[in-house]
Amino acid sequence: MTMLDAPVDTQTLTLANAINAGLRRALHDDDKVVLLGEDIGTLGGVYRVTDGLQREFGARRVVDTPLAEAGILGTAVGLAYRGYRPVCEIQFDGFIYPAFDQIVAQVAKLHYRTQGAVRMPITIRVPFGGGIGAAEHHSESPEAYFTHTSGLRVVAVSNPQDAYTMIRQAIASDDPVLYFEPKRRYHQKAPVELDGSLSLTEPMGSARVVVPGDDVTLLAYGPLVQTATDAARAATADGISVEVIDLRSLAPVDYATIEASVRRTGRLVIAHEAGSQGGVGGEIAASVTERCFSYLEHAPVRVTGFDVPYPPSRLEVHHLPGLDRILDGVDRALGRSNSLSELEAGW
Amino acid sequence: MAANSNDFSVPTVQLLAPDGTFAPNEAAEEFVPYFERLTDADHERFYREMVVIRRFDREAANLQRQGQLALWVPSHGQEAAQVGSAFATRPQDHIFPSYREHVVGKMRGLDVVDVLRMLKGLTLGGWVPEENGNFHLYTLVLASQTLHATGYAMGMQFDGATATGDPERDEAVIVYFGDGASSQGDASEALVFAASYQTPQVFFLQNNGWAISVPASRQSRTPFALRGHGFGMRSNRIDGNDVFASYAVTAKHLDDARAGRGPALIEAMTYRVGAHTTADDPTKYRLDADLADWVAKDPIVRLKAYLENRGVAQSFLDDVEQEAADFASDARKRALEVVAPDQDVIFDNVYAEANATLVEERAWFEAYEASFEEAQS
Repeated sequence: MTMLDAPVDTQTLTLANAINAGLRRALHDDDKVVLLGEDIGTLGGVYRVTDGLQREFGARRVVDTPLAEAGILGTAVGLAYRGYRPVCEIQFDGFIYPAFDQIVAQVAKLHYRTQGAVRMPITIRVPFGGGIGAAEHHSESPEAYFTHTSGLRVVAVSNPQDAYTMIRQAIASDDPVLYFEPKRRYHQKAPVELDGSLSLTEPMGSARVVVPGDDVTLLAYGPLVQTATDAARAATADGISVEVIDLRSLAPVDYATIEASVRRTGRLVIAHEAGSQGGVGGEIAASVTERCFSYLEHAPVRVTGFDVPYPPSRLEVHHLPGLDRILDGVDRALGRSNSLSELEAGW
Repeated sequence: MAANSNDFSVPTVQLLAPDGTFAPNEAAEEFVPYFERLTDADHERFYREMVVIRRFDREAANLQRQGQLALWVPSHGQEAAQVGSAFATRPQDHIFPSYREHVVGKMRGLDVVDVLRMLKGLTLGGWVPEENGNFHLYTLVLASQTLHATGYAMGMQFDGATATGDPERDEAVIVYFGDGASSQGDASEALVFAASYQTPQVFFLQNNGWAISVPASRQSRTPFALRGHGFGMRSNRIDGNDVFASYAVTAKHLDDARAGRGPALIEAMTYRVGAHTTADDPTKYRLDADLADWVAKDPIVRLKAYLENRGVAQSFLDDVEQEAADFASDARKRALEVVAPDQDVIFDNVYAEANATLVEERAWFEAYEASFEEAQS
């Protein structure tokens, strides 16, 4: 019986449980995998993503650390030197900054500084994004700080199947990977194939066409993939065919998939929760414009959070790009009547 | 009375008095058995390493003045702290340096020209720790390496490579940092993690008095050695210009770490006789009297007096001088011969796996460069 003939174990899992299953699989497959983080052991993580793993694999594999993010990443560097594959949990997006120096100045550079002698197969799990009514520092989208840093790979997952597959791919990668988890989608359920061999799956860097379409290319990642999909469905009612692409990898970006789409549609909308300045959307807009300018019918459109500190959570609904703002972006990309005037008309 | 980071009322382990007399003080008593492990040949080795590295240090500074190096980081004055502690390591140990521990690297098997190559601007470190006595890369972001060392020591524990009861096999880590680096949050976090997990590790803090222009008193109101107790680990202050104290105290704490008794902190009181780097001018902030006071406590003069008191042969001292001159001259010659790597190297090893962004940029750059060749032909 070959791998392909093997019965496939498919379970319906929440996104959080899918990550848990991927971590369990990685811990089982490779005894060099260790999990480090605050409250990940006995408690199983504040979102229960690591629930039960310490009980199953012991306190040496699933390590409750002191409360210090630089300490978690700095010791992970030492463990990587020693041949381990540390998986670090940053409890919330807004708490990654104390570890920033270790990530960008050490983790990202050590393979380069040692001329390839030392590898840094470190996975950094970061629950990110808003929409959950959280306290300050618990709703941020810091991905662009890391996409700007050479030596790092950055991915964001949007659904349970990718969450399961990509956490395994991130851990198996010999390069450091920032793995962003959309915390407001943690409880979204979907069937997940659990038996897949990594060698049979698409590479972690590839984008995925979620909804095929012809009129506008709509890029999203993480929590906004669902919103973008909903927007595409709504646009159909207006006779607009939107192609939704889940970027999945933010660094490097799979330009081949994006270009193929934009060459057909001639129109590009990019949506993310982070602000626009220096963001992932701006970079992609510039690159796509350079790569297929003559195919573009309209300037690329960004639909993003505002360039403000993350607002108090009662106001976040006004900050986050929702379905209507994304549809508005689609309209602009189509050069339709200025949507702002329509807003005034009572959208 | 308010404490001061230079408060010498804190017990300071000293075996060798500044005049070269072997006279262990009260704080040194428990460490004397470790000193007694040393042979006459070891004493001579200490002297040789210290003289050779100081001569090399001067040569490297000359190379910088002559435009051959972008920068030099002198270690003049800190030779005893470094040589004694390095000698206390065992082959299986791992060493995480800051960036001034040239002699530690040399004693672990690193070619000092690798350091010159880096400071010539040709590499970012470049040596492979496992091929160079487990001597890890220099770390210029102060105190980052304290955490790397702690993580590495945690790995030793995970591997069961320590605390087995066999000192010939049990592994430990020593990490070097300084009075300035001690203020970084990473240093405190490393001490927290190390104490929490009881890592097999020695934190070797060289208090050389100065973080570029800022005195140690600005970094700490309390002697650094006392901080170790606060974090929950064994801690000693030593006379850092006494190579025997440096050896004996480090040997004890490394042995204890190997045996599963957890981490320790050593504060070595020494002095940066030279500048911070060749880009620095210490006359702007230091008192001549201070410098003179420390020069009088020179670690090499002290050990030489000890050896002479014990009747060392003049021929040995002469040989060491010659060896130092030869070593420096050879390093100079090879540093001048070092050539820049191929420009394509800038794209190598950014990632371990192929990366689409870099593949594109590299292809563009190669085509761009080739376009000039075509234009010329």
